[in-house]
Amino acid sequence: MFISILINSLVSGGMFAILAVGFSLVFGVAKILNMAHTAFYMVTVFLIFITMKILGLALPIAAILSIIVTALLGIVCYKLCFDRVKVHQTAVMIISVAIAILFQEIFLIIFTGHFRRVPPFIPGFVTIAGVPVLNQHFFTAGASLVTLIGLWLLLSKTRLGKAIRAVEQDIEIANLFGINVSRISMLVMGISVGLAGIAGLVIAPVVVLHPLMWTGPLVIVLAAVVLGGMGSIKGSIIAAYILGFAETLVVFLVPGGSFLRGAVSLAIMVVVLLVRPEGLLGVAFEEERL
Amino acid sequence: MTLDIVWLFRWFQESVMAVPGRVVALIFILFLFLLPLITTDPSALRIITLTSIFALYAASWDVLSGFTGQVSFGHGLFFGVSAYTSAMLNKYFLLPVWVTIPIGSFGGILVGLIAGIPALRLRGFYLGLVTLAFPIILAGIIFVFPDVTGGEVGIYGLTRLSGSPTLNYYIIVLIMICSLLIMYKLTDAGSKFLRTGLIFRAIKEDEITARASGIDTMKYKLVAFGASGFFAGIAGGLYAHYMRVAGPSTLELFFSFSPILWTIFGSMATIYGPVAGTFILFPFMEIIRFSRFGEETRYIFFAFILILFLIFMPEGLTVWVRDKIEIKCQRCKLINIMTRKYCRACRAPLHMEEENYLIKEKGGTN
Repeated sequence: MFISILINSLVSGGMFAILAVGFSLVFGVAKILNMAHTAFYMVTVFLIFITMKILGLALPIAAILSIIVTALLGIVCYKLCFDRVKVHQTAVMIISVAIAILFQEIFLIIFTGHFRRVPPFIPGFVTIAGVPVLNQHFFTAGASLVTLIGLWLLLSKTRLGKAIRAVEQDIEIANLFGINVSRISMLVMGISVGLAGIAGLVIAPVVVLHPLMWTGPLVIVLAAVVLGGMGSIKGSIIAAYILGFAETLVVFLVPGGSFLRGAVSLAIMVVVLLVRPEGLLGVAFEEERL
Repeated sequence: MTLDIVWLFRWFQESVMAVPGRVVALIFILFLFLLPLITTDPSALRIITLTSIFALYAASWDVLSGFTGQVSFGHGLFFGVSAYTSAMLNKYFLLPVWVTIPIGSFGGILVGLIAGIPALRLRGFYLGLVTLAFPIILAGIIFVFPDVTGGEVGIYGLTRLSGSPTLNYYIIVLIMICSLLIMYKLTDAGSKFLRTGLIFRAIKEDEITARASGIDTMKYKLVAFGASGFFAGIAGGLYAHYMRVAGPSTLELFFSFSPILWTIFGSMATIYGPVAGTFILFPFMEIIRFSRFGEETRYIFFAFILILFLIFMPEGLTVWVRDKIEIKCQRCKLINIMTRKYCRACRAPLHMEEENYLIKEKGGTN
């Protein structure tokens, strides 16, 4: 019981962490509240389904192809829609909701509402302390950790990462220092959507595929980002794992808990915010005054 | 008596007919009242009735988020709580409609005040994301107790508003227009009787300055939440009794986003914006639904239209149109029709900036 709770919360926490990091990155740098973030994750999961089951490609090719296509899709959306109206934040948000609806409906027409599955990347299971644990779950939990470490290296050790952090802290000063802000914003959109794609890749064999599968994670990702402190990447990772753990605990221990999985994470978020309005690791932000 | 009529006529001519936006509003209200005389097709009436309910719902979002700046992503909470309250009172206590809807709306106020408590400490998108949580938490609770709440199906078989569809239509349209007028006055920054409009705007623009000027911002934020909850509650109660069912769909994510989509499409921080947005988008969706491939493709059309309009009119449709047909006199702040050269009251030239610009251009070439 304990082992399965642990491994399940690592699986869902890892997925939420990757999604939340991408979401808070693009919000911090490009100031886009991207409600379509988890819709891109849904797109990748379906692309993997198409490339693996319909086209019959091998796993690595299928994975790379789907993630690149998703990231390009994100950049195209940024160039065509977000970039033109980025002064009006509410318009950007509504456009992102519209994009999410667009993807959902297109996939609903192509795949109808049937539930589908992707075969596990690594079949078989291991028995730990009498509890069978799927190898796929190990793969998902491990791959999400590797992705997060990779992202941390990118942000802290490379020149691009430095530029991204500079833009996140102050757009005007970064611009003054010769950083091409609009190019960085575009790249961050690509990285963020690519991260959503990686989340989709690692989770694809574990979940049931459905065009409406993006709304559930969206709520938890929003909760994790706010809980961790908006703009704080470390905070959103920690918060995502906390929420993943809480969700798994509720599903396993409370009767009828699967109805409450979203509710519990959100209740945790509300309680934490009432005590600490700036989130777990967020800085108490001063009001920006014009 | 005759003088009164003359005065009324002059008033009408000077402050309604001279302003294009008010003429449009007048035509719109007349159209709503005359519609049942033109067509008695029940499906057309049904679409416009539902649109009216949703227009009220969207306008209530605008009071809270557009004017006061307290972003709410979970507006379905107020709608849903009121719908469920009315439904339960009607189903289990057999109360008549004219009791359940007011009590439901007061439920809306109560929930608005509860949801407003985090608003005292949070702002911007943080607040939006916290309000997003409430309807989803409530939906979770509703699914856990299916005996009382009806679970996925909801509470159905409620009393009708009235016997005939036409009467239903008139009741709902009247309530909508009255509520919209109250909301318009409540949020009108130039109002001589109410200070709320000005205060709401002050809170949105700069809360610290508002507080420094002696405004109890906490109180007025709660007023905004309560008012918004009340009007969303009226919409919720009407919806429950019109559809004769109160279900968990009112607490879904998309149901909370719909008023935001309609309002931003129509323009934020104007009461007519959400009304226009709803009256364009909702009937449009229903019409597409009846076409050949409409049932599957209608949300694709919806998304495309939303994206296209917002790319070209990021401030919304009505503000874009308003700036094309109206101009404000720079001296006396009176609204004039675009075609006028001089203000209708003070005779100041209206299109001054452009003329100056032209002179400068000419000066440059010399």
